[in-house]
Amino acid sequence: MPPLLKVILRRTLLGLLTLLLVSGVVFAATQALPSDTARAILGREATPERLAALREQLDLNRPAIVQYGSWLGGVATGDLGDSLVAKQPVTALISGRVKNSAALVLLAALISVPLALLLGSLSGLLRDRGFDTVVSLGSLTLAALPEFVVGILLILLLATQVFHIFPAVTLLDPESSILAQLKMLVLPSLTLVLAVAPYIVRTLRASMIEVLESDYIQMARLKGMSERTVLGRHALPNAIVPAIQVIALNLAWLAGGVVVVEYLFNYPGIGSALMDAVSNRDLPVIQAITLLIAGLYVIFNLVADILTILVSPRLRTGLQ
Amino acid sequence: MSPERKKGPQALHGPGLELSEEVIGPGFENVSAPRAQGDKRRSEWVQLAHDALGYRRTKIGLVLVLFVAVLAILGPLLAPYTPYEFTGLPYAQPGSDAVLGTDHLGRDVLSRVLYGGRSVLLLAFAATAIGSFLGVTFGLVAGYTRDAVDDTVMRLLDVVLAFPQIVLVLLFVSILGPKVWLIVLIVGLTHSPRIARVTRGATLEVRERDFIKAAEALGVSRIRIAIGEILPTITSPLLVEFGLRLTYSIGLIAALSFLGFGLQPPAADWGLMINENRIGLIVQPYAVFVPVALIAVLTIGTNLVTDGMARAMIGIERDTGAA
Amino acid sequence: MSRIALTVRDLRIELDPSGIEIDSEVSFELHEGEVLGLVGESASGKTTAATALLNFQRRGARIAGGSVNVAGREVFALGKSQLRHLRGGEISYVPQDPGSALNPALRIGTQLREVLEEHGFGSSDAERRDRVDEMMAEVLLPSDKEFLRRYPHQLSGGQQQRVVLGMAFACRPKVIVLDEPTTGLDVTTQAHVLSTLRDLARAHGVAAVYVTHDLAVVAELADRIAVMYAGRIVELGPSHELFRGASHPYTRGLLAAIPVIEGRRALKGIPGYAPRPGRRPVGCAFQPRCSYAVERCETEMPPETTVSQSHLVRCWRAAEVSAVVSVASDANESALVGGDQEALLQVKNLTAWYGSREILHDVDITLRAHECLAVVGESGSGKTTLSRCIAGLHAFKMTGDIEFQGAPLARHARSRPVPIRRSIQYVFQNPYSSLHPRKTIAQILKQPLDIFFDLDRDQREERLAELLELVSLEGSLLRRYPDQLSGGERQRVAIARALAADPTVLVCDEVTSWLDVSVQASIVELLVRLQREIGLCMLFVTHNLALIRSIAFEAAVMSEGRVVEYGPTDDVLANPRAQYTRSLLADTPTIKGALSEG
Repeated sequence: MPPLLKVILRRTLLGLLTLLLVSGVVFAATQALPSDTARAILGREATPERLAALREQLDLNRPAIVQYGSWLGGVATGDLGDSLVAKQPVTALISGRVKNSAALVLLAALISVPLALLLGSLSGLLRDRGFDTVVSLGSLTLAALPEFVVGILLILLLATQVFHIFPAVTLLDPESSILAQLKMLVLPSLTLVLAVAPYIVRTLRASMIEVLESDYIQMARLKGMSERTVLGRHALPNAIVPAIQVIALNLAWLAGGVVVVEYLFNYPGIGSALMDAVSNRDLPVIQAITLLIAGLYVIFNLVADILTILVSPRLRTGLQ
Repeated sequence: MSPERKKGPQALHGPGLELSEEVIGPGFENVSAPRAQGDKRRSEWVQLAHDALGYRRTKIGLVLVLFVAVLAILGPLLAPYTPYEFTGLPYAQPGSDAVLGTDHLGRDVLSRVLYGGRSVLLLAFAATAIGSFLGVTFGLVAGYTRDAVDDTVMRLLDVVLAFPQIVLVLLFVSILGPKVWLIVLIVGLTHSPRIARVTRGATLEVRERDFIKAAEALGVSRIRIAIGEILPTITSPLLVEFGLRLTYSIGLIAALSFLGFGLQPPAADWGLMINENRIGLIVQPYAVFVPVALIAVLTIGTNLVTDGMARAMIGIERDTGAA
Repeated sequence: MSRIALTVRDLRIELDPSGIEIDSEVSFELHEGEVLGLVGESASGKTTAATALLNFQRRGARIAGGSVNVAGREVFALGKSQLRHLRGGEISYVPQDPGSALNPALRIGTQLREVLEEHGFGSSDAERRDRVDEMMAEVLLPSDKEFLRRYPHQLSGGQQQRVVLGMAFACRPKVIVLDEPTTGLDVTTQAHVLSTLRDLARAHGVAAVYVTHDLAVVAELADRIAVMYAGRIVELGPSHELFRGASHPYTRGLLAAIPVIEGRRALKGIPGYAPRPGRRPVGCAFQPRCSYAVERCETEMPPETTVSQSHLVRCWRAAEVSAVVSVASDANESALVGGDQEALLQVKNLTAWYGSREILHDVDITLRAHECLAVVGESGSGKTTLSRCIAGLHAFKMTGDIEFQGAPLARHARSRPVPIRRSIQYVFQNPYSSLHPRKTIAQILKQPLDIFFDLDRDQREERLAELLELVSLEGSLLRRYPDQLSGGERQRVAIARALAADPTVLVCDEVTSWLDVSVQASIVELLVRLQREIGLCMLFVTHNLALIRSIAFEAAVMSEGRVVEYGPTDDVLANPRAQYTRSLLADTPTIKGALSEG
């Protein structure tokens, strides 16, 4: 087997192992904690009959390991169980929500990643000049702010107190396509962009500065290379590599960051679905969504790992 | 200073020392202001704090943090009302008896703001402390023992890392309920893999340095090497990491309150205030804006201080060649 | 006489923004085909001066004055695009570490071709391809497609340096600046790179500035030599004249500090260390270390004076200095301990692994009481692994026996009984990493005392003072931290820490390789003295064959994990039996020829 394939396979297997452990955590936190799950869901006033029925439905009477096995088997075959509240299959319940969230996250990623790469590399290049000072202080400030703070400030600025351009609350018409209702997406996605971009900007700025200080850039300059060649061929490709991991991390973070942002804007995605499920203690939905979000992290990370190997000659050829 | 740098399996020192040694040695830019002999501050964190204060952003950050901290700590002494009294109609506009107006139940916003900062500060600090203790312990153990222990510890921490912090908290809260100790514990736990990674990275680098080998050759015990030799040389990155995690803790704790999983009504808490009053955002924005602004000022402040420390750390690394 | 290729006038370089002087009043000229050796130790400002010839400074430093003229063009007056054309075209640069100077993400073929493309060399791709082939042939590398498609990390250090050398000659420049180009390389590779360089410079009439810390490297290569100290050229002259009629005390000191393979010679170091920019004394910067210094040296900077037509020196007492006849006689002869001592530590059939790679094969050596055994080898020879196995610091698998006083030694230092652990002490290669950066010298030295001895406060203080005296350091250093000490002082502290355990065996792993030549000599002096005064048994590991005669009675030469030659040092050097020893001897640069020539 080619060594590259071997490494990819190894990483994939490790990723699967992590996923398995992740599912264990999800299950343990919800069904295996030393507390009466059924009573926690139904509350103190629940009748013994209802408790018994719920225990039956959730398999709670069997040993934890058996419960886990049958739950995992269900996950593997696409059966995530039935929602306790809506009394319908979880998959059907959240599939529309997943699409909405995906649209939001994708939009945010498509804006923030290229923008951040551009700002970060320019900022590193123009180190200590006016532009850089503004960008680094700006990204430092934004990176500090929790996303709900950014969101509320945006609402105050663009939806209520100062300007009245965008709606503060998302009222999606489920009948028409989400792309036809872009105005609804502006504030939530802008919030996500402002929450994510600063990290990528800072990473790229730092790696750009490091690369520009390197011996091989000095060498390229002393070889008489034009500034274009120095930056385009020698600096940028090397500076972007460390950003790959950070971008992956941030995309994965977006999947979790939507929780607060969707709640704030009342956006009908998995985040608000998770919030509802937690309030209602709708166990199967909670399990499904947390597993989905953590699974995305593992996958993004895996892709970033493999991508980093592919674009760095030292790693790629070092495998032989 | 490294005229005969050798390659091959023997050369275990990192690349850090190879820069521009010729002219000025390892403090290329720093030498422009040579440190006087007597000016050395020795304990690493004292030196870090001192150097960090040389940056204007650190001073600004410190002022912001102190402003919010003093407000939060002394606030209850200054509040005109208790946070639970009904002083007017719901969403009353600011006036002479309520400087910032009233909230959705008609309580004084200013008083609730003055009472509501302690919980954020205290819980965030506690969560960061727990996370740091766990993270530094895991990181030191993983970094210094290497091999199987290292692999296992880091793989398990990777699992925690796979959950966005807020999602993991929600997961545990869903069955156990929104208990404050649980939230602090889980937020701390979610910090620990990140702190462990930093600790482990720094430990791995320091472990290869000869002064650790020298202690090993003298037969100093492992635990004494970890605590007495390694830890004092990696305090700078750890302090920077602590600052960073504190910033995120504040955001997380406030966000959880905002989502309704932190302190429960009728408690006065900035995150909770934002949640309770956001429906009336258009009518009475102060009940939302003031807590939001204070959280913003606090996190910006801690992040500025952290950034100042990070910059100072680079200078200290150059000076001592420490990791 | 051939035409002048390079003129440097009153070059001044400062730290930016503080304006502290790095280099000042640097002036010299160079003819076509001539090689100038620019020699200096750390903090001499030689590298900043070298890159200034291409109008380049790293962040933090700036060219503050003077002029550089390359092939009739004023370098500092050129516009951006003209300067770009000059760099790599008329004047090219070879850096110290080719491993980091080649872009890790680009194939070497790409990096070679881009120089030609950028400078418009050749009119077609085919022509440029031919030139690449030609260049590779000149630097003795293959030019097939497979080789050019490699990335830098797939080349050895020597190959990397050849690629960079080829790149520098690509556009047939007038001047080439080489910044310690062989420093990271083994002597064998260094010898090959040097001869390639010499041939190319001669063949194409290229003027070369060769920057180095090692006078021996340029002894045979350079036509003229400029010695730099604290940012100034203190002596400049034709090589043969400079070696035999050195007129600056610093040059003399350097010559006495350089180990010479032929003939036993005790080394003599220069006391003190070179001052960094901003810490340089008024008057002559060398004066605090100088045995010729008079009052005037402390207040007035000596001007450049001529010794002969082409020989300049910057010293108030140049006449008195040059009147002292022999350079070599400055050093005293001294006998080394050796002979029929009993075996103290025996290594038998030692085989050791690094990870899954076997790097020591079946090694046998014997350390005798009160004697010093030198282990010589290039990088990868396994010499450090051997010394770490003895010290109980080898972290990987090993088989075979190490016996100390007849009893087998435990593998790890930690599992050795206290008296044994105390008896075998180790001094590390790099004094910048072997001392805890956050402890005072006193705390560092107390550690072994507390572990091995039960001393009360007074006894401990007394012992500390004794230790410092033993390694010739002042007692006031006890309260200092390592970063307030020079490299040589740090290494003395490291030696004192080892001596604190009152050992019988001292393992010294390349203890001078991070130090300047003048400081190296003082450390060797110290080790020889310790051998004699406390009767230490020593294992002296080094890559420098020239050094062993000054310190070791017996020597073992290692190559690729095996001992290839073993015997009394004099025999090993005078009548080497192994082919490897012979080629190592031939490749080790020496100043002997330059000193005795004519």
